Amino acid sequence: MTREQKAKVSTVLRYILLVAVGFIMVYPLIWMVGATFKTNSEIFTSAWFWPKNPVFDGYKDAFKSYGGKIDLIKSMINTYKIVVPKVVFTLLSATLTAYGFARFNFKGKSIFFSLMISTLFLPQVVLNAPQYIMYNKWGWVDSYLPLTIPSLFAVDTYFVFMLVQFLRGIPKELEEAAKIDGCNSIKTLWYVIVPMLKPSLVSCALFQFMWTSNDFQGPLIYIADMKKYTHSIYLRMSMDGDVGFQWNRILAMSLITIIPSLIVFFCSQNSFIDGISAGGVKG
Amino acid sequence: MQNKSSFSKTLTENAGFLFIVPWLIGFLVFKVYPFASSLYYSFTNYDLFTGITKTGLMNYQKIFTDSDIIRAFAVTFKYAIFDVPLKLIFALFIAYILNFKLKGVNFFRTAYYIPSILGGSIAIAILWRAIFNTDGLINTVLGFFGVAKINWMAGANSALLVIILLRVWQFGSAMVIFLAALKGVSQDLYEAASIDGAGKWTQFFKITVPIITPVIFYNLITQLCQAFQEFNSPYLVTKGGPNGATTLISLLIYNNAFLRHKMGMASAQAWILFIIVMTLTAVAFISQKKWVYYSDEDGR
Repeated sequence: MTREQKAKVSTVLRYILLVAVGFIMVYPLIWMVGATFKTNSEIFTSAWFWPKNPVFDGYKDAFKSYGGKIDLIKSMINTYKIVVPKVVFTLLSATLTAYGFARFNFKGKSIFFSLMISTLFLPQVVLNAPQYIMYNKWGWVDSYLPLTIPSLFAVDTYFVFMLVQFLRGIPKELEEAAKIDGCNSIKTLWYVIVPMLKPSLVSCALFQFMWTSNDFQGPLIYIADMKKYTHSIYLRMSMDGDVGFQWNRILAMSLITIIPSLIVFFCSQNSFIDGISAGGVKG
Repeated sequence: MQNKSSFSKTLTENAGFLFIVPWLIGFLVFKVYPFASSLYYSFTNYDLFTGITKTGLMNYQKIFTDSDIIRAFAVTFKYAIFDVPLKLIFALFIAYILNFKLKGVNFFRTAYYIPSILGGSIAIAILWRAIFNTDGLINTVLGFFGVAKINWMAGANSALLVIILLRVWQFGSAMVIFLAALKGVSQDLYEAASIDGAGKWTQFFKITVPIITPVIFYNLITQLCQAFQEFNSPYLVTKGGPNGATTLISLLIYNNAFLRHKMGMASAQAWILFIIVMTLTAVAFISQKKWVYYSDEDGR
């Protein structure tokens, strides 16, 4: 074989591998879409995603309410009642903190910074029980407060770290010019830093959006009242509660709950990829 | 002269401190206080309903003698030992292939990343239960190759494999981080090596891997921390079964704290888990001098 032929063969091999892996990655999701239109007996006999005789009762039943207290749409609205404040709070508090760390010198800064970094390694598992006890004393249990208010105080230090990294890469000249023009620190932050940080703020918002929409353990621990269920615990309840399990219904419900995340992802995939590459994201 | 401006000087010098005050409050209230009180609770039999009594080391004694708890720790180790390397190797391998100048790389990158976006959601846990059902998609596909039906959830090892695969399937973000690192490896090095007659595999192990060891290190630490805390998949997909074979330690802690309200016991278990994770992280940090290659200056 000549060198060119060899190169061609290895390119083809690479594509075959990429397609095969891609197929394994995505087929379960495609199958899931098909399965929402299948009957139970077809779901568990056919590996092909396309339904033979499409049925729609999965979707019809997906929106049924549970004892008049909660239904799929309500649970999704509840979820975004947590997601939206949490994203906004995180952006605010993380930007302020990152600005303080990246652009100022003050006593004890390096100690505070190491403390902040160390919380990245602090497993949430250790905090769950004592935090619950604390929120219980405050009367916060069975509300969305434990899931939203802490983000006002930059508790997801991961985002602070990410923004500090970005800020380090931004030259300080513009800020100095702003200072000469009479801007104080807050004005500089708002008119100079925030516009420049926009791409990374978008990344932070996207990740917080995804993680919070997917969050299961938080609502599971803190939300007891069925009316306040988020979609993740509502789905779990539907999964456990059904006798004579109707798979197309539960899969249709699952699919509906991930559609907002999928739309957000497809509209902003480059920000995601850039965000991970730059900050090195967990997950 | 110094006195006059000292106050405003202090203020401007410490303006940055004001910006981190919210974080500092959050740190003390939502991290330090719970963390410290958790250590205290771990030496008590704190029960949300019956109150609190100091019990000394009793919880810890129980952890090291109770066979269910020991099994949970063992299962967690087993889970992490298979999950972390599998995920990293897979992520690195795919990133390596994506790094060749191929058309449509972005398309594949997106496709591989989707499971990472959705993977933590309960919708995917439900999907996983459906496809690993005895009559599910996986068994049907294996049937084409003449493999007899496997009752995934009934076998101790197969159930563990099901939840390991769920996390390996989400290799996307580790892959993207590897890919960014691979893009930074200078092409000159590869050209020099291929002139010297080094094959692709030699190049991969002698050039690529050593250069990206800092990123391998980063991914290793983050994946390790997450694997030891995995909760959703044992809770939702396998329900800790069969017979505790997939009861990872975080599931046990959850059950103690929020089903049985034994906060003291849950805190003690969480502390043992914390010590294990910290020890492993420390070992990784110490060992990095031996295998992590930093091109210049700060060997962070």
